[in-house]
Amino acid sequence: MSSQDIPEENLPAEQDHAHGAVTVADEENPFADPGLPPHEHRIQDIDEQAARRSERAVALLFTLSMLATVGFIVSYVAIPHDKSIFVFPIGHISALNFALGLTLGTALFCIGAGAVHWARTLMSDVEVPAERHPIEAPAEVRAQVHADFRQGAKESALGRRKLIRNTMLGALTLVPLSGVMLLRDLGPLPGTSLRHTLWAKGKRLVNMNTNQPLRPEDVAVGSLTFAKPDGLEEKSEDFQNEIAKAALMIVRLQPGNIKDKRELDWAHEGIVAFSKICTHVGCPISLYEQQTHHVLCPCHQSTFDLSDGARVIFGPAGHALPQLRIGVDSEGYLQALGDFEEPVGPAFWERG
Amino acid sequence: MSTADNQESRARGKAPAGERVADWADGRLGIYSLAKANMRKIFPDHWSFMLGEVCLYSFIIIILTGVYLTLFFHPSMNEVEYHGSYVPLQGQLMSEAFNSTLHISFDVRGGLLVRQIHHWSALIFLAGMFVHMMRVFFTGAFRKPREINWLFGFLLFVLGMFTGFTGYSLPDDLLSGTGVRFTEGAILSMPIVGTYISYFLFGGEFPGHDFVARFYSIHILLLPGIMLGLVVGHLILVFYHKHTQFAGPGKTEKNVVGMPLLPVYMAKAGGFFFLVFGAIAVIAAIAQINPIWAMGPYRPDQVSTGAQPDWYMGFAEGLVRYMPGWEINFWGHTLVLGVFIPLVLFGVVLGAIAVYPFIESWVTGDKSEHHILDRPRNAPTRTGFGVAWITVYMVGLVGGGNDLWATHFHLSINAVTWFVRISFFVGPVVAFIATKRICLGLQRRDHEKVLHGRETGIIKRLPHGEFIEVHEPLSQEQLHTLTAHQQYAPAEIGPTVDENGVERKVKGSEKLRVKLSNAYYGEDNQIQKPTVDEYKEITSGHGHH
Repeated sequence: MSSQDIPEENLPAEQDHAHGAVTVADEENPFADPGLPPHEHRIQDIDEQAARRSERAVALLFTLSMLATVGFIVSYVAIPHDKSIFVFPIGHISALNFALGLTLGTALFCIGAGAVHWARTLMSDVEVPAERHPIEAPAEVRAQVHADFRQGAKESALGRRKLIRNTMLGALTLVPLSGVMLLRDLGPLPGTSLRHTLWAKGKRLVNMNTNQPLRPEDVAVGSLTFAKPDGLEEKSEDFQNEIAKAALMIVRLQPGNIKDKRELDWAHEGIVAFSKICTHVGCPISLYEQQTHHVLCPCHQSTFDLSDGARVIFGPAGHALPQLRIGVDSEGYLQALGDFEEPVGPAFWERG
Repeated sequence: MSTADNQESRARGKAPAGERVADWADGRLGIYSLAKANMRKIFPDHWSFMLGEVCLYSFIIIILTGVYLTLFFHPSMNEVEYHGSYVPLQGQLMSEAFNSTLHISFDVRGGLLVRQIHHWSALIFLAGMFVHMMRVFFTGAFRKPREINWLFGFLLFVLGMFTGFTGYSLPDDLLSGTGVRFTEGAILSMPIVGTYISYFLFGGEFPGHDFVARFYSIHILLLPGIMLGLVVGHLILVFYHKHTQFAGPGKTEKNVVGMPLLPVYMAKAGGFFFLVFGAIAVIAAIAQINPIWAMGPYRPDQVSTGAQPDWYMGFAEGLVRYMPGWEINFWGHTLVLGVFIPLVLFGVVLGAIAVYPFIESWVTGDKSEHHILDRPRNAPTRTGFGVAWITVYMVGLVGGGNDLWATHFHLSINAVTWFVRISFFVGPVVAFIATKRICLGLQRRDHEKVLHGRETGIIKRLPHGEFIEVHEPLSQEQLHTLTAHQQYAPAEIGPTVDENGVERKVKGSEKLRVKLSNAYYGEDNQIQKPTVDEYKEITSGHGHH
């Protein structure tokens, strides 16, 4: 429908001039504010048929919302919670989640779309100005408040009776200390616990995956084996805390490839054991490049050279991975020859 | 009882029910005075004013869905064996927190949907706050009287980050546990108190048995409680200050032009809540977020590759990734600068944007209220600073995903890291200079447009053969809009000799202020807007361009 079809009587006599602002060019100042521009009517303001079309569109959206809510309830009842469907291009997804989400989304979105369409097409769109008032109080109010405050302060005699003021400040300063004290039992004091792990002389190295004690011949050149101390079971009460410190990675190098003398001394036939916990912020290191003997922490990419005392060759870690001194016990199993000589994991103030 | 009273009560008796309820409430709460000021309150219209609404609505959605999730979630780290309907994890040991999150995802009908709406809303909430904050920054909406509201908003952004972090740590899955471990490592790096704070937070050694329960009360009560208060304060101040508006015909510092709350913004803003909620529900239906079952329960000795925090923590992650591993050992102590410096920088970068309004108002020395928004080009130094800040933030995000950049674009991780390390210093400087040049260029263009009119694209041939482009003079509305902005003059050091001829010492702070003021408003740092005389001289001249 074009504007020609609009019945004559529906046309406005003239465009409104908001609040009498007249837009004539100011001869003196061409940059002066010409005032609010006249309101331009929308088609719905002047054509009742267009307005009715908008009304129907809004009603349709609200009706769609109702249908979608019914759809939500039907989906909830009818679709089994373990059914999956293939939706291109997402793939196999939960049918229930898909149906509930789409119906809920439609129900909500249509309410919103209806309300916005209603506001934009049928509610008045005349822009009107509202006056602003300064946030600051007028001078006399300001003076009054200051005078009142001085009066109140004077009557309290706080400034004159210093003993009251000082003891009150003292009491108010001290009383929160009780609250601080109550926080003390949030945890034990660190003590030296960060310096010790479950490893000790004679503890066998147990393969993390097979749960079997390791023999030197189980560790091949080029492989990466994760180990835990003998006796630490997944079901143990403190498994998480202990494995967070004791996790070990074991690789076998050709003894001739080991550049660091201490590393060679602490190895057994080229088998070296290093802490798996990154010295940066404690992620478990898990990527091993067998040609270069580098290990990489997947969290922040600190890279350590296992053939050179596990020193840091790249990334944000600050020091080498601690090495565990290992040997073989009388039955031929790999065993620790003591605990780590330095704390494992991230550095801390008391580490030294 | 007098007759007048009787008549009044009879009249009330005949009033419509709604009116009678309102009268009843007014007699007890005084709602009419409140409604008088606010019911037809005028709000200006601009798409960018909608960004804050996205934040408000996603916050409400987070609270609604969060309450639902608490009905099913068990904030406990007791180890249990899984016997739910997700087959691959059956028989696995896991914490009750992880177990109950699996239960919500697979056995509570609609549970997964609510979880995903909750998580998506949180991501959108933070993204919305970031963009909203940038809108406020680049338009100068933070100026007097809105500095406190800027701080409220800033606090909401920071608290939102920590609420998000404590929230995604609750399921105790492998990915979030790795994030918690990272946090513990960062806390340990703090000089003197780090180890103690870590032991008090985790109830002993990491991970311990307490952090899920503690994060839970922080996540559902402490932080959202503070945030709710800040949101209410933020909104009250928006109402009290009245909304800012862009310059234009009829718009002044003394008015606000727009449409009334009832009905237009009641419908638009109310409707927009449903649009946001609906859109997030659809996203939650089709886009998976945080599939904890694919990651498995947390174990401190396991990790997956490509571990990433939620996006809003990515910038902090980046700081930690590209910092060199400096460690200083002395007198039996270790200063873990490689982790502690990023921790401090995290606060410094965020703090820089928080205090900016106070620095700018100190430089301008302007004590008046500002309700007309700046176009970013008209404040080149501010805009340059803002873009430099965003550059630092984005460099952090790139650094936080250096492994993903490396794997997706087949780059060397070392090269990506070095690129980020250099960009951290060079990027913001380049961004600042480039942005300022662009702003000044745009100011010159506006200057040109005001004086010579709009380029019409029509080429005219003059009788003597010369070709010129016809310029169309701007309307008074356009002229006003392009020249309405206020321009500051650079500050100068006042007389150094007083009336008695005694020399006064110029304070360092005053020298700094004058220097900064010149950097902001000096000759080469803003283009003087055309004056009426310039305009008249050109337009009254001999007609053509």
